[in-house]
Amino acid sequence: MDKTVNQKAWFLVLPVFLVVAFSAVLPLMTVVNYSMQDTFGNNQFFWNGVGWFKELLDPSTDLGGRFLASLGRNLFFSFVILAIEVPLGIVIALSMPRQGWQVAACLVILALPLLIPWNVVGTIWQIFGRPDIGLLGYVLNGIGLNYNYVSNDLDAWVTVIVMDVWHWTSLVALLCYAGLKSIPEAYYQAAQIDGASRWAVFKAIQLPKMNRVLLIAVLLRFMDSFMIYTEPFVVTGGGPGNSTTFISIELVKIALGQFDLGKAAALSLVYNLIILIVCWIFYTVMTNAGAERRPAEGGA
Amino acid sequence: MARIDLVDLAHSYGGNDAAPESFALKPVTMTWRQGGAYALLGPSGCGKTTLLNVISGIITPSRGKILFDGNDITPLSTQKRNIAQVFQFPVIYDTMTVGQNLAFPLKNRGVPKAEIDKRVSEIARLLDLEPYLNRKATRLTADAKQKISLGRGLVRSDVAAVLFDEPLTVIDPELKWQLRSKLKALHRELDLTMIYVTHDQTEALTFADTVVVMHDGRVVQSGTPAELFDRPAHTFVGYFIGSPGMNILAAEVRGREARIDGHVIGLKRSYDGLPSGAKIEIGVRPEFVEVAQPAPGLLSVRIERIDDLGRIRFARVRVGDVKLAARVPAGFTVSDGTAALKFDPSHVHVYADSRLVEGAA
Repeated sequence: MDKTVNQKAWFLVLPVFLVVAFSAVLPLMTVVNYSMQDTFGNNQFFWNGVGWFKELLDPSTDLGGRFLASLGRNLFFSFVILAIEVPLGIVIALSMPRQGWQVAACLVILALPLLIPWNVVGTIWQIFGRPDIGLLGYVLNGIGLNYNYVSNDLDAWVTVIVMDVWHWTSLVALLCYAGLKSIPEAYYQAAQIDGASRWAVFKAIQLPKMNRVLLIAVLLRFMDSFMIYTEPFVVTGGGPGNSTTFISIELVKIALGQFDLGKAAALSLVYNLIILIVCWIFYTVMTNAGAERRPAEGGA
Repeated sequence: MARIDLVDLAHSYGGNDAAPESFALKPVTMTWRQGGAYALLGPSGCGKTTLLNVISGIITPSRGKILFDGNDITPLSTQKRNIAQVFQFPVIYDTMTVGQNLAFPLKNRGVPKAEIDKRVSEIARLLDLEPYLNRKATRLTADAKQKISLGRGLVRSDVAAVLFDEPLTVIDPELKWQLRSKLKALHRELDLTMIYVTHDQTEALTFADTVVVMHDGRVVQSGTPAELFDRPAHTFVGYFIGSPGMNILAAEVRGREARIDGHVIGLKRSYDGLPSGAKIEIGVRPEFVEVAQPAPGLLSVRIERIDDLGRIRFARVRVGDVKLAARVPAGFTVSDGTAALKFDPSHVHVYADSRLVEGAA
């Protein structure tokens, strides 16, 4: 078969190139440009090469120290979030009703936290946790727990984590529920006939069938939790001290507080790269774990 | 292995208080003998899958009892009954190999490892699955997957019956035939009771030694393929089995005569004392009605078209508003569309309210 050569097709692709260039490539290149320079007042820029990147990776400098410390906090936060939200989401999805009006009720209740804007969630928990007027803080102190997220590191962390679990576990649960609903009834009937226990049904049918949605849930929750900014900023402002200062909070401080555009640009590039790499690792690991069963699933 | 008795069994998805006519499965009492090959035949929605699920325990019946070898097992859960069931779409456990799939029912029941290995290799041999034992089950073709589902049913040595719910729907026609032969062979080899649900009469008639025809939640007839063909107990059976189906005609029957449109058809037996007020019909298979040249004493009809099935030709004819099918004898040519019908009296059956009436000799 002869292929027709027709260069006119480029004109059809061109708008996409333009949109992508203006929306993604050019802004990114601006950031790359800034990351190689140092800024002073009056819009003066001086070439700094890879100096900021060297500093970022060197814990003995101010920039590097702050970056690596907040990176550690971010990784720990994401790890804890995933370790709580994924199993909890699965359990919620498994215990949800399969039919009747209760389904709609459950879905609405679960969807509520997802519909609340980030800073409102932050404000809710900021007030909820206050020892003087907040319901949670007041009750905890009332029963003798000395809970204060403004002064105690551990309390601040617990508040931020519980807040995220409250806000986002629904997402994992809803995704898992969708995965569970797509399992044909015959699988459960066959498992009954094969004498499978509840746990065996979960391991042999439900978990493998939820594999795909779990991958999506883990990726989304990782990316979101790794980029978290608004909620902890509203609740703790990164404190007490620097104990809940995540990379994004650090980034805003450097870029807008100190107006160090070069440092901030270098930091945001590295930040971006870390998210990409971790997501790639998750994706590869989780798809390879199920690689053997992928081709056949298309027909099911 | 067991004999299965259904006693006054009925089920309604709307609960026990639902109107009797709305029951998905109307009261049925019947016996499935040990080692039989049964087909449950009927159109979609006639209650055959409901009956199957009641036997396997997936559904608890609204009324009645199920006995395995005389023991009432109605309240037992599916897990506790010795029943295997193969579903319309193959069910396989994705994360397991073929061998692990086959071993699953035994593992769940705590059978010792050595025993499991022995049974799995035996079943794999019967189903020609040996080369795949260590492969992931997901990569296989639909028929291999269905064999695995079947194997999981057969692997238990204690099964009372294997139930099939239209298991060959997703299989290619050529493989369908092979798999069905395989099932028959397994049936002979293992001496198992098999109940096979289908809406395909060819499938039912080739698989089973006893065909149970269901219609509208009722078992209307159960018998050998020949019985269903020769003496349909219900007009539905006559119409559903055979291609084309049985001709059913409203008629007045008195003694050894049936009257249609003033025309008299002779009957082999005598039908006196038919219930008054009942809807009386006669039924005769197209194979036993012959198209002939118009002649006095024969029912004259208009021929609408002739279907040539290769070995046999059937004429679609019309008497007034009634449409009939009739066999066209070899060498018969239609001249102007009018013809007459010759009935074989020994194959004309009489039905009162759709049920077969036995005549007196």
